[in-house]
Amino acid sequence: MSESKDPLAPHGSHARGGPLRGGPGGRVTPVTARDGAHWAAVTSPTAVPAASAAPRPDTPVDPDAAISVRGLVRRYGSFTAVDGLDLDIHRGEIFALLGPNGAGKTTTVEICEGFRRRDAGEVRVLGTDPATGGRRWKAQLGIVLQSGAGDSQLTCRELLRAQASYYPGARDPDEVLDLVGLSEKAGVRGRALSGGQRRRLDVALGIVGKPTLLFLDEPTTGFDPEARRQFWSLIRSLRDLGTTMLLTTHYLDEAEALADRVGVIARGRLVEVAVPSALGGRGSAPAVVSWTEDGVRRTQATQAPTALVSELAGRFGGEVPDLAVARPTLEDVYLRMIGGPA
Amino acid sequence: MTAAPERTLPSVAAVCRTRAGVELKEFFRQRESVVFTLMFPVILLLVFGSVLDYDLGSGVSFTQYFMAGVIAAGILGASLQNMAISIATERSDGTLKGLAGTPMPKSAFFVGKVVQVLAVTVALVAILLAIGALFFDVDLPSGAGWLTFVWVAALGSAACTLLGIAVSSLARNGRSASATVTPIALVLQFISGVFFQFSEVPTWLQTVAALFPLRWMAQGLRSVFLPDALAAEEPAGHWELGRVALVLGIWCVVGLVLCVRTFRWQDRGQG
Repeated sequence: MSESKDPLAPHGSHARGGPLRGGPGGRVTPVTARDGAHWAAVTSPTAVPAASAAPRPDTPVDPDAAISVRGLVRRYGSFTAVDGLDLDIHRGEIFALLGPNGAGKTTTVEICEGFRRRDAGEVRVLGTDPATGGRRWKAQLGIVLQSGAGDSQLTCRELLRAQASYYPGARDPDEVLDLVGLSEKAGVRGRALSGGQRRRLDVALGIVGKPTLLFLDEPTTGFDPEARRQFWSLIRSLRDLGTTMLLTTHYLDEAEALADRVGVIARGRLVEVAVPSALGGRGSAPAVVSWTEDGVRRTQATQAPTALVSELAGRFGGEVPDLAVARPTLEDVYLRMIGGPA
Repeated sequence: MTAAPERTLPSVAAVCRTRAGVELKEFFRQRESVVFTLMFPVILLLVFGSVLDYDLGSGVSFTQYFMAGVIAAGILGASLQNMAISIATERSDGTLKGLAGTPMPKSAFFVGKVVQVLAVTVALVAILLAIGALFFDVDLPSGAGWLTFVWVAALGSAACTLLGIAVSSLARNGRSASATVTPIALVLQFISGVFFQFSEVPTWLQTVAALFPLRWMAQGLRSVFLPDALAAEEPAGHWELGRVALVLGIWCVVGLVLCVRTFRWQDRGQG
């Protein structure tokens, strides 16, 4: 079964009623560079005509997709955690779901995993409604919960052997321990592991069943930078084996490093889906040029930074003091989308 | 299309075996549970047997009477207290949720728990009987006595296991389960004729105790360990084995219904 990924043509911004609907395109607006928020002043929606990568609410669920969600709603009392969410995740891709705490990430993911019920909407995960998914369906999933597995008196190897015995055609527990870098801890009890080691054990338990679709809910929380890099290469090798992954994370560099596509969820809706480099019109967003003139820090957003820099070079007759040219980082566009610091 | 390779799911029996192994290791490797559930009744027997070695009349020592009580209390600990605390802990630390996300048959989880309770109960009863016989000259049951012993212990254990699983859903976590269940169990032990003769318990407390399984388990076991002459000291004047079976049977049904209706694989507020 060869899964060909959908061609990930540079999907652009599609500010569907979201906070992305910016000001007039191309206008050069001097702003003070204090934080990421200045990007809100100038966006150019006209420059990115590519079609939306998010599914339209009026199309039916796609049973061939790894995950297909239409009009998902979940309320907790009077609070609407998920408010009409549409999402398609293709087979074979790594999809990162970003969003602030309380935006509805975990609720959405746990509905797809079959842990939570929904109030409205259609959901298909590997062609099955999670609310009715049985053993055969669960055998195709790997789940790394945000909360992780609990304390155990069993050793890592024993835990993985037990977990493997629930699945048809599971991976070899010792190979999996090796894959997550826990070989040396194979004989150590689960409860005696450090925080980062526990998280790696969680990941090992999630992949030992050789899942077609792997859910990773904030998998690298508590990792040191080196462990995170190792984890990233593990995820990439799983992708090469054809595993589809839905990843939620707070680390934008992680999403950028791993994900084929990124979805931003805010207030229970998916506000945008794009390849990381194009998120929020990032690829075509104006650059910010800053320099010092008459002892004052000056900043200017522009679509033509080269022209501005050469003009400055002419004006100063050589080196421009403290010259810097910056494009919005993923963090900048992300913070703007979720209505971050204004 | 993606025809997922039709891999056969592991048999329920195979997963039950895995779960039984997991549950036994989880119990016997945890010092707290071994000391609390296994050693505590043993220590009680040693202390009470050594200190309260008086004659109840008819040539029966208190230790002979206490044997029935401490076995009943031990079964309560191995089943109700053990299940309530361990399952509440596993629910609050995410173990249950993790399992619910795997293709493990749900029934295998409960089979594993039952195997754990059985193993702990058999070990506990064997140790208590051995100590009683070796150090305190306790007369062990014989012939038909064993039969009564086995059905009372099995039925009581089943009722208490089901109740323990049901009670686990009321607690927020393992610690709160322990803080709730342990004092209740202790009070029940005092009013159900474990630590002293049931006939010495005030009548109204006897009535309260009669609502719960421990009192009936203890009485059923007394019929095994005590001569029939002492049946006259029971509230009804005889062993009431029929009622013992009835009450424990009702608790099995009530416990099962509560389990089916209340069991959760994750913390309250989720799902």
